[in-house]
Formats: sequence, C-alpha cells, structure tokens
Amino acid sequence: MTAEARPRPAATVYPAVAAGAFRRYATYRVATAAGVLTNTVFGFVLAYVYLALWDQRPQLGGYGPEQAVTFVWIGQAMIGAVALLGGGFQEELQERIRSGDIAVDLYRPVDLQLWWLAHDCGRAAFQLLGRGVGPMLGGAVAFDLHLPTHPLVWLLFLLSVWGAVVVSFAIRYLLALAAFWLLDGSGLLMLGTFLGVFASGMLLPLTVFPGLLGDVVRALPWAAMLQVPADILLERRTGTGVLTGLLFQAAWAVALLTAGRFLQLLATRKVVVQGG
Amino acid sequence: MVDALRAYVLTAGMWMRASLAYRTSFAMSLLGSFIGSGLDFVAIMIMYSHIDALGGYAVAEVALLYGATSLSLGITDLLVGNVSRVGTNVRNGTVDTLLVRPVPVFLQLAADRFALRRLGRVTQGALVMGWALVALGPVRAAWSPLDWLLLVVMVLAGAGIYGALYALGGAFQFWAQDAAEVQNAFTYGGNTLLQYPPTVFAGELVRGVTLVIPLAFVNWVPAASLLGRDAPLNLPGFTAWLSPLVAVAACCGAALVWRAAVNSYRSTGS
Repeated sequence: MTAEARPRPAATVYPAVAAGAFRRYATYRVATAAGVLTNTVFGFVLAYVYLALWDQRPQLGGYGPEQAVTFVWIGQAMIGAVALLGGGFQEELQERIRSGDIAVDLYRPVDLQLWWLAHDCGRAAFQLLGRGVGPMLGGAVAFDLHLPTHPLVWLLFLLSVWGAVVVSFAIRYLLALAAFWLLDGSGLLMLGTFLGVFASGMLLPLTVFPGLLGDVVRALPWAAMLQVPADILLERRTGTGVLTGLLFQAAWAVALLTAGRFLQLLATRKVVVQGG
Repeated sequence: MVDALRAYVLTAGMWMRASLAYRTSFAMSLLGSFIGSGLDFVAIMIMYSHIDALGGYAVAEVALLYGATSLSLGITDLLVGNVSRVGTNVRNGTVDTLLVRPVPVFLQLAADRFALRRLGRVTQGALVMGWALVALGPVRAAWSPLDWLLLVVMVLAGAGIYGALYALGGAFQFWAQDAAEVQNAFTYGGNTLLQYPPTVFAGELVRGVTLVIPLAFVNWVPAASLLGRDAPLNLPGFTAWLSPLVAVAACCGAALVWRAAVNSYRSTGS
C-alpha cells in the first residue's frame, strides 16, 4: 500500500473537510458582499419597525428598545451562518441522493453525517465572519445597540452560535435525507425553512409570541437557532440562564443528530443504485 | 411586439404544463409560496396583539399597505421573476443562445422556467387586501369610484415599479454575476419596508425611497390618499395619481440600463 492510498485518520479528515468548505464559500466574494448589503437593508427596516413597536410597549418580551434593535442585528448577522433562510448543504445532498451519486459517498471510508456536519461547520464559520460582521457593524454605527462589554459573554455567545449551527444542521440533515423516499424533496426543505423562520425568532423574538403559542415555540428546536444565542448576547440570560440555554441547545443537537443517524441507517438500507 | 409576447406566452405556458405534471410537488410549492410570503403578515398580527397602532396606523390600514405591496410584488415576481437568475446564464455563457433567437432577451429570460407557484404570493396579497377592505369599514364606505380606480392603479403601477427594479437588478448581474442578492435588498427589502407605515421610519430613509428609489409610489403615496392621511414628506394630494407616471419613467430608465447591459455581454472565454 502506498502512502497516498492510506486513509487519513478521522482526526484530520473532518477538520480538512471543514477547512475546505470554509475556502469554498470564501471564493464567492461578490455574493458575500451582496448578502451583507441585503442583510443590512433588512436590518435597517426591521430596526425601525421594532423601535416603533417598543416605543408603544417598552419592555415587551423582556427587552428594552436597545435590546430589541440589537436582536434585529443579531438575527441579520446569523442568517448566513445558521442558514436561517435556507442555503447550505442540503440541496447538494438531495441532488446527490436523487442522481445516485450518494452511492459513491457511502463507499468512502468516512461517515456521511459527520462529513456534512464538518462541511456545514466550515461554511458557517466563513459566513459568520463574511456575512455576520458587516451587518453587525452597520447596525452598531447607525443605532444604539446593547452589546456586552465582558469578553466572556461574547465567548459564550460564540459557543451558543456554534450550538445553533449544529441544531440547524441536524434539522436540515433530517429533511435532506427525506429525498431517499420522496422524488422531489425541495418542497420539504422549503417548509422546513418557513418553520425555521417562524419558530427561531427570525420573524419576531419568541418572547413576544403570545400565550400557549409562545410556550410551544420556545421549547421547539428552532428556538436554539437564534433565540438562545441572542438572549445570551443581550444578557437576558445570565448565570444559570446561560447554562440552561446551552444545555437546551445540546439536548436538541444530540436528539436530532441521533434521529439523523437512525434515518441514515434506514435510508442506506434501501439504497438501490440505478445501473446502466 | 405581438410576436414577442406570443413567444412569451407560449414559453410560459410550456413551463406551466411542465410544473403541473407533478401535481403534488406543484401543490406543495404553491402552498410554500403562499406561506412563505404570508409569514410577514403573521408577524404583523403578533405585533398588533400587543398594540393598537404602529406609527399611528391601525391594523386595517397596515393591512391595506401590506396587501397592496404584496399584490404588486407578487404580480411582478410571477411575470418577470426569473430575470433575477440571469447571472447564472451570463456565467455559463448561455445568454448566447438567447441572443440568436428572434425574441427580446428580457422576455425569454422572464418566460424561462416560468414559476406558476408564485401565484401563492399573489393569492396571499389578495386575501390580505380583501381583509383590509372589509376591516377598513367606514373609511372604505366613503370611497368614490375614483378612489376604487386609484386602488387598482396603485397595484398595477406598483407592479411596474417593482418590474423596473427587477430589470435593473438583472442588468447589474451582467457586470457582477454573483450579485443576485443585491436586488433582493431592493425588491424584497423594499416590500418589507412598504408593509409598514412611513411614519415608522426615519425622515432620510423615507426621502430616499420617495425621491431616489421611487418605492414610496408603490403604495405609501396612493394609500395615504385612500386612507385620508398625510402623504409621506407632505407631498400634495395629486401625487397619489403620479404612480403610473413614476412606473413608466422607472421602466423606461430600466430598459435603457438593461439594453446597455445586454450590449456589454461578451460571452464566456476559453
């Protein structure tokens, strides 16, 4: 066996996949700049709307006006990284399932789910930098934002953003695998995105949702994708609140990744490669 | 001109039949378009569960603004929405094919992959508009036939203004192929802006979208007249009827830019 043919150990494969995904998304500079512009425009519009809303109801949802406006910019900054409005690997994976290329992927001496998780983490890392920092700076210049001064809060926020990426990945992986059973999985991906927009805090902070609806959406996994990280940065969660928030994310991540693994097992049992 | 439109209708019809071949998939994507575009209204309803007026506008008034801009954008998105994907054609060099056919490139692009599912957004906007008209009660009861005409003109002219933005966004992609999202900032971003009353926004922003990008004429200016309110920037009353002129002017400007963009196309290398 030559040196080239020996499989790389897992400890270097997955970081290499993540780094590759980072570079891949970093290639599209114009698209990234366009995304920053769009997110900033939406940030401006929503920030004024939130200011008008919180002007009528100060302390709505437990936020002051400055926190509410900051929530808008956190959301705009996280859209790319957490794939809150779609985007990411799922269309590509579905296309590989549909075309049968998935058979090649399954032959590789790597785990399918971990491969795409590493890929998605690399993508998210780039998009947090490339598409997140710009809108956040734009928001901070134009509005009074509530941003923490203690570096530890920022670190916990970043940890929570990573948690958000993993939960987001786990959901999208489940939806993408549905392509093994559906001829066209794009409708499911779309409905998944809408659920994400509705129940993550992207539409409105989940603390503003009324009554039972509010209780339900705050317990669903999508809450881990924006509401929890935002509450950590806004210092609405402090002390044990931060810990329960991170545990909430971790619990959903484990549950959904396990479900993904189970579905992957079912799916790969039924793979029939169409030959010619 | 008639031939060109005939080609558009034929191509669009072909794509409609193609999408209807997979009925479940089509129904789902239609529903998706309906829900996706309607989420913003859910947000507005949640906001109004906490307040009575936003920027001084009651929920029925905001619903009229929302319905008008959704209908306008929906019509434009349905008819010419696919122009926003021209960057892909430029990158692949497939604009070559379009240039040798005896139909305007713009119409070919608009008809290509015509997405009937976008009726979902139109339906959603029409439903909200209908609800707004019911909820406006006494205000609407006092409308003259001229006001009803203004309502129709508002929606159609709004579609024209959005159409100009789609064309400009498409033209820009001839120079920056990956910049498809730039136009989202103006079309979808503008749509989100116009769902809310002008009184919510800072003066400079309102001036910008009235005088520079004429988005305010999509609904803010005509709707102010319908609702008996002051127009943004205290524009005089007759400006409510200016939106068709603004739409025509915007479309002419966009057509010139589009032409320049197509002329600058150099195909792909190698």
